[in-house]
Amino acid sequence: MTDIFVAIFSLSGAIFILLASIGLIRMPDSYLRISVTTKAATLGIGLLLLAAAIHFQDFSITTRVLAIILFILLTAPISGHLIGRASYFSGVKLWKHSIMDDMDGKYHKATQELKSEDVEELKKLDKIEKKLVKKKNSK
Amino acid sequence: MTLHEFIFYIVTPILSISVLLILYRFLKGPSIVDRIIALDLIITTGIGFIAAYSILTNRPSFLDVAMILALIAFLGTVAFSYYIQKRNKK
Repeated sequence: MTDIFVAIFSLSGAIFILLASIGLIRMPDSYLRISVTTKAATLGIGLLLLAAAIHFQDFSITTRVLAIILFILLTAPISGHLIGRASYFSGVKLWKHSIMDDMDGKYHKATQELKSEDVEELKKLDKIEKKLVKKKNSK
Repeated sequence: MTLHEFIFYIVTPILSISVLLILYRFLKGPSIVDRIIALDLIITTGIGFIAAYSILTNRPSFLDVAMILALIAFLGTVAFSYYIQKRNKK
């Protein structure tokens, strides 16, 4: 009975890892590749490790497996976010059919500044204010 | 078909094929970010391989290696992203 469960869990985990690797090849953009690999690989590894825990049926091994799964669940999103951030700052372009870019205009390349408002809009506002001050002074 | 044969003939070949597919992206990868993602995924697949292998050989002590490997994969990715950002600033 446990053998059937181990077989099902390990096969589904291997298939999820295979899907992650196919996604890594097929996706057109490095950001989409990051999203595919972090999700699918985490699920696949979790299922494979669960299969090992069910097979051995020992308390110490189960705690070890749960620790590994917890560690992967914690670190996969963090590493995905760090790599995505670094790749956006290093100028990796989005896919040409991507609909929206939330970071557009909020990151100033020369000064390495990241703001929640639009950097270009702030510059325009600054220019308008300076013009108003000049008009007041001339009057 | 016993569990041993199932894992030996079906699960580990699927994992090997996926490692080969990831290796293709690692060698081709247009930007350095793709290579880092591929390296991270290869190590993650290695953890799954170790889990399957520990079932195959009935030795649970291999799972310690999987734990260390997970730690090293995370540290490597963080270090790579740090140095990409640092290189960018120059």
